[in-house]
Amino acid sequence: MRRASALVPILYIVFLMLPIYWLLNMSFKTTNEILGGFSPFPREFTLDNYIAIFTDPTWYNGYIDSLIYVAINTVLSVAVALPAAYAFSRYRFLGDKHLFFWLLTNRMAPPAVFALPFLQLYSAIGLFDTHIAVALAHCLFNIPLAVWILEGFMSGVPREIDETAYIDGYSFPKFFVKIFMPLIASGIGVTAFFCFMFSWVEMLLAKTLTSVEAKPIVAVMTRTASTSGYELGLLAAAGVLTIIPGAIVIWFVRNYIAKGFALGRV
Amino acid sequence: MNKTWNNRAWFMVLPVLLLVAFNAVIPLMTVVNYSVQETFGNNLFFFEGVKWFQEVLRSDRFHASLMRQLLFTFLILAIEIPLGVAIALAMPRSGFWVPVCLVLMALPLLIPWNVVGAMWNIFALPDIGLLGYGLNALGFDYNFTRGPLAAWFTVVLMDVWHWTSLVVLLAYAGLRSIPDAYYQAARIDGASPWAVFWYIQLPKMKRVLTIAVLLRFMDSFMIYTEPFVLTGGGPGNTTTFLSIDLVKAALGEFNLGIAAAMSIIYFLMTLLVCWVFYTAMMRGEDQ
Repeated sequence: MRRASALVPILYIVFLMLPIYWLLNMSFKTTNEILGGFSPFPREFTLDNYIAIFTDPTWYNGYIDSLIYVAINTVLSVAVALPAAYAFSRYRFLGDKHLFFWLLTNRMAPPAVFALPFLQLYSAIGLFDTHIAVALAHCLFNIPLAVWILEGFMSGVPREIDETAYIDGYSFPKFFVKIFMPLIASGIGVTAFFCFMFSWVEMLLAKTLTSVEAKPIVAVMTRTASTSGYELGLLAAAGVLTIIPGAIVIWFVRNYIAKGFALGRV
Repeated sequence: MNKTWNNRAWFMVLPVLLLVAFNAVIPLMTVVNYSVQETFGNNLFFFEGVKWFQEVLRSDRFHASLMRQLLFTFLILAIEIPLGVAIALAMPRSGFWVPVCLVLMALPLLIPWNVVGAMWNIFALPDIGLLGYGLNALGFDYNFTRGPLAAWFTVVLMDVWHWTSLVVLLAYAGLRSIPDAYYQAARIDGASPWAVFWYIQLPKMKRVLTIAVLLRFMDSFMIYTEPFVLTGGGPGNTTTFLSIDLVKAALGEFNLGIAAAMSIIYFLMTLLVCWVFYTAMMRGEDQ
């Protein structure tokens, strides 16, 4: 019984790894070998696909563009979410519950609903095809996410700490930066990680709001896939490179992954 | 926890409010605006009332994509929730391998959605993909670009691959919060594994499972990128879900009135379900 049940997670992980293995496998093959037919591992091992990406500006600029708007978005989301989450976790105020629900609805709104109006809005204010446009657009779902996660972490800190600090003569900004933020440091880290992740994986808005100057890697990939036909090796290598940032940081947040995905509610 | 009443807390919420309102309210008003007007170009608009809504609600195309969307979401929930709970139950409760398992399981959640689509495309190609080649070698006639059934199978399997881990992570977090004493008491009473599941584990997982169902419902209901990259909505229209249809109408055909009316109906449906779950969740939290 014990042994049989231990097999379930192992089988599941094998199932998860198969497509990833296949992507890696393809990224190390030459185009000839890919088109030549089925082979379970690369026979002529090559790094050409990766070299092509690192030497072609349209490819590597895609990564740089993506990282720029993701970074702007993460900093912005966490910065504005911190005071808001504190307000939600510590105070009751007029309309607080409605506001909290309204924030959630933005996390749940289908981006497809917003694609066209966003295109017009950001064109009208002259931000179309800039990193800032994508960073701001991703705030739509990342700020609610950040507020919810941070609120979850902040509610775990006892109120007595706030009150003691005020009695000791701390002003609110000083208390918040010097005492409160270190206490929820792990929460801030996890929130930043999730903002980073959700901005990194989103494609529809990022693609709609950019054309040349700020073309994200996800858009470069879909356009390459449709224009140059069967450059599967190149596409696979580009895909592998997009997995790496997530794979690196995930180890640091392993104990909080569930809490983050549950919007801070576990 | 008792919170103090303080209306000045509004100032702390203000930056969030302004940024999200800029992104949510202005575009939403644009959509509402388009949904009641007709245009003949040159930015000339005429008020049309509810004409677009009537048209959308009567159109077979909308009904078809809505039906496909509902079927897809239903399949996703029916497969991923029980599967996720089963895997979480089978996981060891502690040990060296647990964090490694969790990290490996979370990996698909962090892959850009278009890469998920591209990866499954490569994985499922009938001639060179492991899945496609394997299925054909086993004697199935499998080609997801031609067979509607094969396309559905691939899209659902892809989503199971992509998101079941979310359910596993949440269910596992719920399970770990059960104190050992509960299990010891159950053993003393001679409870069967089924009774332990039904009377101890499931009630303790209720809250996380509500969240899991909510998130899986929402994200599968607005799915766009993965099926778009994998099948492009085809073969024919067989995997054209609501979001794909909407983007087609809005950005492809530039059919503003129809797209806007569709957006609003779509958004209201999401909002309704979201509200039901939110109420359930908050009630759970108050207890």
